[in-house]
Amino acid sequence: MTPSKPRVGLFVTCLVDMFRPTVGFSAVKLLEEAGCEVDVPMDQTCCGQPAYNSGDNESARKVARPLIDMFADYDYVVAPSGSCAGMIKKHFPELFANDPAMADKVKALSDKTFELVSFLTDVMKVDAVPASFEGKVTYHDSCSGLRELKVKEQPRKLLNSIKGLEISELSEPETCCGFGGTFCVKYPEISGKMVGDKTKDIKQTGAKTLLAGDMGCLMNMAGKLAREGSDVEVRHVAEVLADMTMAAPPIAGSNSKTGGE
Amino acid sequence: MNVSTSPKFKENVHGALRDESLQRALGRLKSGFQEKRSAAAAKMPEFEALRDQARDIKNHTLENLDHYLLKFEENVKANGGHVHWCADAAEAREVVAKICRDKNAKSVLKGKSMISEEIGLNDFLEKQDLKVVETDLGEYIIQLRHEPPSHIIAPAIHVHKEQVADSFRETHTGRDPNRSLVEPRELLDEAREVMREHFFAADIGITGANFLIAETGTSVIVTNEGNGDLTQTLSRVHIAIASLEKVVPTLEDASSILRVLARSATGQEMSSYTTFSTGPKRDGDLDGPEEYHVILLDNGRSNMLGTEFQDMLRCIRCAACMNHCPVYGAVGGHAYGWVYPGPMGSVLSPSLIGVDEAGHLPNASTFCGKCEEVCPMRIPLPKMMRHWREREFEKHLSPSSFRYGIKTWAFFASKPKLYRAVTGIASKVLGKMSGGKGKIAKLPLAGGWTDMRDLPAPEGKTFKELWAEKQKQQGGSK
Repeated sequence: MTPSKPRVGLFVTCLVDMFRPTVGFSAVKLLEEAGCEVDVPMDQTCCGQPAYNSGDNESARKVARPLIDMFADYDYVVAPSGSCAGMIKKHFPELFANDPAMADKVKALSDKTFELVSFLTDVMKVDAVPASFEGKVTYHDSCSGLRELKVKEQPRKLLNSIKGLEISELSEPETCCGFGGTFCVKYPEISGKMVGDKTKDIKQTGAKTLLAGDMGCLMNMAGKLAREGSDVEVRHVAEVLADMTMAAPPIAGSNSKTGGE
Repeated sequence: MNVSTSPKFKENVHGALRDESLQRALGRLKSGFQEKRSAAAAKMPEFEALRDQARDIKNHTLENLDHYLLKFEENVKANGGHVHWCADAAEAREVVAKICRDKNAKSVLKGKSMISEEIGLNDFLEKQDLKVVETDLGEYIIQLRHEPPSHIIAPAIHVHKEQVADSFRETHTGRDPNRSLVEPRELLDEAREVMREHFFAADIGITGANFLIAETGTSVIVTNEGNGDLTQTLSRVHIAIASLEKVVPTLEDASSILRVLARSATGQEMSSYTTFSTGPKRDGDLDGPEEYHVILLDNGRSNMLGTEFQDMLRCIRCAACMNHCPVYGAVGGHAYGWVYPGPMGSVLSPSLIGVDEAGHLPNASTFCGKCEEVCPMRIPLPKMMRHWREREFEKHLSPSSFRYGIKTWAFFASKPKLYRAVTGIASKVLGKMSGGKGKIAKLPLAGGWTDMRDLPAPEGKTFKELWAEKQKQQGGSK
């Protein structure tokens, strides 16, 4: 008998659920290929970040609490987002700091929650993926994944295992794209300036595809590139790693000459 | 007094983003500060350990602040100096004015001091018929331009050298109108010549303080131009103005923090001048002031002790946070509307002038975390900005439409079935609205998003809908 597979509860994230289901299926495929048994609790909604970052901790707890119970029985909880995984791993313990009854549960959840790509490399020890991709991509390091969860080399390692794929780095891969959750609609002008600087950087890399690990940042950058009429295609890194780029057109569609408009 | 324009932050931002000259100047942050800091940190294997040590020194000091301040006072007095405890800006201004009056002073020289900006000292002294001259070149430039500083260590970072030349021609009359003021060296030489005359004529010299050392009663300033030394040694009276949290226990502690200060600020190992002032001129000293005063300003800081904002009092004003902040980099310092810009200002300003006044500042952050990454004192700046947002939310200061939005969202997000139904409909509707193009250029009620960028359209069905369908097909019973 083979040893039992780790049971992973997929935290899809609200943006992937609503805007980009392909990322969810890519995550399932990658996790299964890495030897996990994947389950999706159907009552999950959001990690509570919009409320938490707006100073409304009461609402954040209201949204977070059911999630803590829902994922209690899995070996691991994995999210295709550094921001949402970071919320559960780093911020839930602070959010419930004054609630001793929750402490153990929150700590247990925090310990077993991971961002997708770093989970694959650091926990499941995946060092290559059997995907195919031709051409130059560039990669944006989303802030929460980078600074809260230290996701930096992991996606590059897996991307570099794909034959035909070449990474052309941004001049400032670690500079925020200006999304920032509610920030982008509260201060649209600053956000617009920041994402404009980011798309300039993206274009100078010469890459025809932009990848990152967080839907918020991706939608921000894809939306700006689309507005500028750029032919750079934008995808979640999981889509490329799972070899699922054929499953959906790029985020915000395609402006490329060969694209399917 | 220093009036804030922080409530008009959005208007300030609007102007700043359209100010081409400012935008060109802000482009200098990367090569001017970021690359230098990163090189300086990389050259020093123990840099991270030093940051821990610096943090611990300040934490210990803040836990025992009364003790070290009293010790500092005792030692200043023992050296023949004077200490003035000032609760607020008005008190501090009055103390300075009184010293000036007592000495029949006509002119005041200033070394760079953010506390002086905080208490609006220059305007106040000028109203008392005192001639006030800033001696730090950047401060001098903005004084000529009648502007506040836009950065805490590079006050004139928003000004170009051509603009400096214009200010000099206008102010430095009696010089050859056809002289060349093109090269930075020419500007520097002229400033230096003009400044010399002021130095020799000064009655009172006012500086800030980077540290106050409790065990010796010493104030320390860190400069790159040497103007601070001249200000305090050539004047008859030296007044150092400092906020309470500048105190450290020992000389050794100051030295430890100095090792992270310049590296974080400008990427230098040490600033060109680090000047230790301990009391007035003694018998036999060749130079130095006749009197030495230290103004210890509270102005709201003691209220931060014991709160979630205490960590902010570790700040050593290196400016690394603003040098690396993408928001500061986009709008510059004046947009923040009060003395302290960038992430440290977004935490400190609400403490000092009230969150109802400075409420925009802690909100205008993406929480990217870069500031905390580079802060030599490991101040958790994003976390403290979040605490301000909590206070605002509690006090109902955030816009009601926004509060309503968050509450509505939380209502749906805590009712899974309803949430699933609503997101399912929204995905479909938005997907349709894109007309198959994958994006939406204009969306009612979402102008904040679509004014700046397209909205990527949903694929059509939600993940959970598709997952349920798939489970069904596979005969699963999830």
